[in-house]
Amino acid sequence: MSTTTVQRRSLVTNLRGSLQQVLAAASLILIFIFFSIASPYFLLPANLIGILTAATVTGILALGTTFVIITGGIDLSIGTGMVLCAVMAGVFLTYWGWPLWAGVIGAILFGGLIGFVNGVAISVFGLPPFIATLGMMLVTAGLALVISGTKPIYFKSTPDFQNIMNLSLIPGARFPLGVGIFIVLMVVSALILGRTIVGRYAFSIGSNEAATALSGVNVRRWKIFIYSFAGLFVGIAGVLAASRLSSAQPTGGQGLELQAIAAVVIGGTSLQGGRGSIVGTVIGSLIVAVLTNGLRVTAVPQEWQSVVVGCVILVAVYLDMLRRKGA
Amino acid sequence: MTKDGAQPALLQVVGASKSFPGVQALDNVHLDLRHGEVLAVVGENGAGKSTLMKLLSGIYQPDSGEFFLNGEQIHIASPRHAQELGISVIHQEFNLMPDLTIAQNIFIGREPRVARLFLSDRELNRKAQELFDRLGLALDPTSLVSELTVARQQIVEIAKALSYNARVLIMDEPTAALNDVEVETLFGLIRRFTTPTTGVIYISHRMQELRAISDRITVLRDGQYVDTFDTAPTPVSHVISLMVGRKITGEQRPATAPAVGETVLSVTGLSTKGLIKDVSFDLHKGEILGFAGLMGAGRTEIARAIVGADRSESGTITLHGKKVSIANPADAARLGIGYLSEDRKRFGVLLERNVKENVVLASLVDYVAALGFINDRRIEQTAKSYVSTLRIKTPSTSQLVKNLSGGNQQKVVIAKWLARDCDVLIFDEPTRGIDVGAKDEIYALLNELAAQGKAIIMISSELPEVLRLSHRIAVMCEGRLTAIFDNAEATQENIMDYATRFSAEGTVKQG
Repeated sequence: MSTTTVQRRSLVTNLRGSLQQVLAAASLILIFIFFSIASPYFLLPANLIGILTAATVTGILALGTTFVIITGGIDLSIGTGMVLCAVMAGVFLTYWGWPLWAGVIGAILFGGLIGFVNGVAISVFGLPPFIATLGMMLVTAGLALVISGTKPIYFKSTPDFQNIMNLSLIPGARFPLGVGIFIVLMVVSALILGRTIVGRYAFSIGSNEAATALSGVNVRRWKIFIYSFAGLFVGIAGVLAASRLSSAQPTGGQGLELQAIAAVVIGGTSLQGGRGSIVGTVIGSLIVAVLTNGLRVTAVPQEWQSVVVGCVILVAVYLDMLRRKGA
Repeated sequence: MTKDGAQPALLQVVGASKSFPGVQALDNVHLDLRHGEVLAVVGENGAGKSTLMKLLSGIYQPDSGEFFLNGEQIHIASPRHAQELGISVIHQEFNLMPDLTIAQNIFIGREPRVARLFLSDRELNRKAQELFDRLGLALDPTSLVSELTVARQQIVEIAKALSYNARVLIMDEPTAALNDVEVETLFGLIRRFTTPTTGVIYISHRMQELRAISDRITVLRDGQYVDTFDTAPTPVSHVISLMVGRKITGEQRPATAPAVGETVLSVTGLSTKGLIKDVSFDLHKGEILGFAGLMGAGRTEIARAIVGADRSESGTITLHGKKVSIANPADAARLGIGYLSEDRKRFGVLLERNVKENVVLASLVDYVAALGFINDRRIEQTAKSYVSTLRIKTPSTSQLVKNLSGGNQQKVVIAKWLARDCDVLIFDEPTRGIDVGAKDEIYALLNELAAQGKAIIMISSELPEVLRLSHRIAVMCEGRLTAIFDNAEATQENIMDYATRFSAEGTVKQG
């Protein structure tokens, strides 16, 4: 085999590799153009910031879960886990009277703890990720209700808590701090996935777990680490969700995990593991948010929104499979 | 097809050939099975027995060749068609559904129904019982297959085959998992099955068994037909010499005398739950220790137990004179023992990742700076240096490994362990799936590594390869080490002799 054929093949592969991302970005732009023509309100700055704000919580969940999905795993507990983290923020700050910083860090670490338990169940006890995190989904949903006594917890003793999400970064305009945090997390997680040992092992495990283990990588430990790490994002999302409403709501959250996974998948990350990117996940999150928002401002009944998002997922995954078959 | 007015053969294969990309698996092979006989088919690993069986069971289609059943030409289109023709195959791996009952398994796909729609378990069990009575088997149609011993599962497989009114029964290593008593039961069943209208093709390596059960033996070698003869008057040594029959030229043997460096790795009394029984050997610096044996002899299992990929039950491993405990491959890698799997794609490389990521996979922690950030420039340097020293053909270190040829993928795996600075390298079938030209390069590389002082274990199913590279040769049979030869005294014949020593007492010959 000559070097030139290899080179040509590699070029084609690289093009194909980024195709899904290009496609996702192109569809985002198309959707954008479509809605800006369809509705005069769509392009208003307030509406655009509204889209980003709406994307923040699920977007952060999606960032964390991208790591898990790249290892070939799945985490169904992120939606309800996030609700439990919000409730725990309420417990720490309102019930126990912790200072603001301690309560926030506590809630974030609590998310890490949920991820750690998932990781142990999967790595040490060998439960399939789907089952382990399905169980955790139910456990966290229930615990949120039990701990809060099924009532919302208000952050009466720490009024500044609501600023974490809502404080405007630009005086006069409304650019919430939460969106800023989302953007910082995008950059941080892209760096971690692309440039650190955590990301490298996530890809290795996802492309071939057996070969990675036989290469002397302690796969069990790294999987626990990655689930715990993704759990931190669940904690952050929980803090922001509670901050946004200035209260910890013990219900809801169910279904958010699927929205986050949808964003990850639309962004080209493979549920089989080994492939994915943070850029893709960000684009995927934006597509879901723009679609939802656009359908609302063009006055499409809300019932139709999930129908459309569902179809987008089917098309996105089908395109991904076509690409894999060709490769 | 009748020759000289004699009765035509029950099953006849004339000039069957089958090739796969890069391999001629079968080349103009003949076989004839007479009525009422048990015909043994023997050959080394890769001789073409399995391919031939897959042609007969309709799993593969031949490139050329003719098949006759009772003198009538047939084309076996599919496994189902083979069954309809009365050819039943019992594969080495059973095709039983553990969570169904014996009767459900036997009649799967042709369950008796009531009013076309509803299954009748009563009828099903009655039919199964009828079959067992006819065959003289004590089986309960309603027991779950998962509750049966391997031997009884084997018998269920045979009963299932016979329930199709098979005329030709093909068995692939049927006794691999059976003890002596069970083997006798099986032989009884085979004898009862062989009537003047039926015949059995029996694949096995076990010479004693072939003596006990077969009437004639057909030998295959390297995909070609060698000979067919009556079992009774033929000595075992003749069969073995036909099986290995290739000539090896002198210059292919290692030029250097066996290295007598210090002992690097010492394995004592290693046993695993499944297969390995009390294996002990020493490995020296600068030495290539070849492991020969038939498929399933336990060579890969030894390697996996040494590196902690599988749990060992007993035994000690000493490295550089110090006793070590290895619980998982991470421990092994830390101690400098690298395992290069026989199944490169599953256990060796990350196909979807690029060359440099694969090269540093086992040593990535050496390239981590503050905060876990990876020093990609140093990785690139390392990868480049291995690409040039190991002569890996790739346009760049960013090439995905799946785009490399088998030989170059293997070199990437070697680079991975060299980058981890391993003293002990365990190669499991280092040239499997690698084309002929690239094989020589891998051989040269192995010799070079040994000359540099690495201690190498090389597992190979190709005897010429073992003889060509190894300073010493360990022979295994059924999980036991049956002999260790110096290269000078090893021949294909004596290796094959010890590789087929299936007796339980088996004294170890130390060379």
